Amino acid sequence: MVETSLVLAVQNVTKRFGGLVAVNNLSFDVSRNEVMGIIGPNGSGKTTMMNLISGALALNEGTISLNGRYISRLSSHEINRRGIARTFQLVRILPSLTLLENAMAGMVFGHQRLWGEQARHEASKLLERVGLGGQQSVPATALTYIDQKRLELARALAAKPEVLLLDEWLAGLNPTELQEGIDLIHSLRDEGITIILVEHVMDAIRSLCDRCLVMAAGAKIAEGRPQEVLSDPEVIKVYLGEDI
Amino acid sequence: MDIIITGLLLGGTYALIAFGLNLQYGVARIMNLANGEMIVLGALAAFWIFVADAISPILTMLIVAPLSFFGNWLIYRFLLRPLVRRAKNQGQLEVDSILATFGMAFALVGIMVSIHGEYYTYSYLAEPFEILGETFALNRIVAFCFAVLIGAALWLWLYFTRTGMAVRAVSVSTEASGLVGINVPQLSAIAFALGGAVTTMGGTLISTFITLDASVGVVFTMKALIIIIMGGVGDIRGAIVAALILGLVETAVARLIDPGLTLAAAYAIFVLILLFRPQGLFGRKPS
Amino acid sequence: MTSGDVKQLVWGAILLALAACVPLVANGYWMSIALTIAMFTVLSTSWALFSGPTHYISLATAAFFGVGGFLVGTGMSDYNTDYWTMVVIASLAGTVLAFLVGLATLRLSGVYFVIFTLGLAEMIRTLVSWIQNNFTGSRGLYVLTDLGEADIYIHLVLVAALVYLAGWWIARSRLGFAMRIIGNDEMVARHVGINTAFSKVILFTFSGFVASLVGALIAPRYTYIEPNGVFSPELSFIVVIMALLGGTGRLWGPIVGVIPFALLQEYINANYSNYSTLVLGIAFLVIVYFLPHGVLGRLEETWAKRRRSTW
Repeated sequence: MVETSLVLAVQNVTKRFGGLVAVNNLSFDVSRNEVMGIIGPNGSGKTTMMNLISGALALNEGTISLNGRYISRLSSHEINRRGIARTFQLVRILPSLTLLENAMAGMVFGHQRLWGEQARHEASKLLERVGLGGQQSVPATALTYIDQKRLELARALAAKPEVLLLDEWLAGLNPTELQEGIDLIHSLRDEGITIILVEHVMDAIRSLCDRCLVMAAGAKIAEGRPQEVLSDPEVIKVYLGEDI
Repeated sequence: MDIIITGLLLGGTYALIAFGLNLQYGVARIMNLANGEMIVLGALAAFWIFVADAISPILTMLIVAPLSFFGNWLIYRFLLRPLVRRAKNQGQLEVDSILATFGMAFALVGIMVSIHGEYYTYSYLAEPFEILGETFALNRIVAFCFAVLIGAALWLWLYFTRTGMAVRAVSVSTEASGLVGINVPQLSAIAFALGGAVTTMGGTLISTFITLDASVGVVFTMKALIIIIMGGVGDIRGAIVAALILGLVETAVARLIDPGLTLAAAYAIFVLILLFRPQGLFGRKPS
Repeated sequence: MTSGDVKQLVWGAILLALAACVPLVANGYWMSIALTIAMFTVLSTSWALFSGPTHYISLATAAFFGVGGFLVGTGMSDYNTDYWTMVVIASLAGTVLAFLVGLATLRLSGVYFVIFTLGLAEMIRTLVSWIQNNFTGSRGLYVLTDLGEADIYIHLVLVAALVYLAGWWIARSRLGFAMRIIGNDEMVARHVGINTAFSKVILFTFSGFVASLVGALIAPRYTYIEPNGVFSPELSFIVVIMALLGGTGRLWGPIVGVIPFALLQEYINANYSNYSTLVLGIAFLVIVYFLPHGVLGRLEETWAKRRRSTW
């Protein structure tokens, strides 16, 4: 197999906030159709890394490329149009819009665009898929926190992204919802979407991720298959502390 | 040299006014666009009392300060606090408080016009005073000295008292201050009231050497905002430097080009700052 | 286009046609009031196209309006240019200015944007007065045409038609959808692929174009153009009050505020002219504390409640 399946390449990326180095010379690759997990203790720079990929923050050094083309100097709307969509750690819905409009928001301007009747049709199918069928004209504020997360996912999926960034999307779900969520992400992967997820739920990491990247204090300390990485003594040390 | 000293003297009073607005915006998180009208109120009081009873504006200041404190406390408690409570997010509060304080500004102008519709002309300490071989009006110097005194007292209060420390804590983080047991609504009200009182005192001082009328408040609001943005929100040192710069530039433009262009000059500074250093002169670049 | 869309267009056309008939029945005094209402309808509606969804309170109306009026005055008095040529030039100049201001203010939000736009009119006014006093001499600027108030009124109704049509189209377009998303959450807007800067500048420029066009078209009414008059910041505030009073949630919201407030102002100016500023202040306070979504928003809430309670 000569075909290169590299989708996203992060090379020597550094991000500083004043004196604080939030991401320190980080490099990793993500292949097509892969589920990549980013884990690490709080404050280790995971969400910052997601923000750098999606263009919400500008990086100080290094490059990020999508399908071999640099995206690290682009603004977030351009990055989205190239095919990277995301959800947010603190869920961000569009409160004064209906569910259908929230889902449509993702497909009107982004990677693969639709508008009018066709967009409405696709958006309602998406709502169905994330478990919000039959509530199209409900205002988004009427949803519970969990349903808002589903809605956000529908919005992210709306433009048929190549790469999907999920920032603690599974956090706060109960066991049944968690299983549904995991199944949903599995099915997305089967459709050919490449997924990068930041997550604290270890069960989800184990069952979903093909590969894991462990961050501590902005740097990569381990990378590999979830089982191997999670038994790495270095990783255990950052998670549980030195003295154990 | 003449321009530099006059500019610095003017800047001193500007700094005091900006201090007042900074307290209100930095602590109570309300951008008070009626700030300029507080200045005019201070000026109106000074004029009124001086013309009626020939009482020195400096004494007037002592009467005006507690009145303004109380008035601003009422404004915060009964007009602005409800907006803070109903706002779902910072953006909504900002829009609401902009509209509400504009409303107050217009209403105050309307009231002041009906009290005295003409210029607040009076003459206090308009005597020559010599510094470094050049003569200046004594009232400008006296105003400057009092501005420095009041500013210093405020600074001591902020940095050496418990309440001052709590006020500074709220300005750093409203939420965290609440968690460590600071009564945020009460302190916000105090800071807003105090800011208003300081601004009014600034107005009384300014009226000794600049003739105001009921409608010029908005110009002072803009100047105070320019100073705060130039100095960086919540940065006292920055505000002082910015106020002195504004005073210097205005004086220089008025003397060297045309007095009609002082406002345009102030606005030009504002535009340049917004475009090139939106974080303020000394502010650290946001990420 | 759905049948509902077509119906709205037909209704709009009928109402505008009726509005255009006003000069047939109105004379002197009422014609003058109708003209004022037409002017503020156009200004407030186009203001709301940008500021309604984004919640950016622009006080730049007076700047663009003033540029329109002032350029027509200068062109006709100082350069002997034809009125209509100057209308075109003035509205183009206003558009370019609005575009530049839009670009410059993109990164500003909240109070910075408000002050920037407020100061703009003030700065242009002081600069223009200064240039007039020092370089062009203090000759007056006269706009002498054979246009009466009825003619100007018809021109403004035509502009109103343009603005409503634009608004109708925007509400159904991707641009309008983008603006609603931006108004909800700009961060999300960028992350669903919206070029937020572009969308905002387009609409801001359009409202600037309309304001300068109105300033140019209304100039013959005043005959004599004075910078202090046409750049008066009060105009910007009145436009904001009228739009918010009516409600910016719908395209026809602003006019609901324009008509009563214009009549109120007319009455106050005629009888209690000292209190006009006080009235502006009270209007702002009433909007913030009692009508945060405008008269229309309040009516819609009441209807919604009544419907729920009768069910």
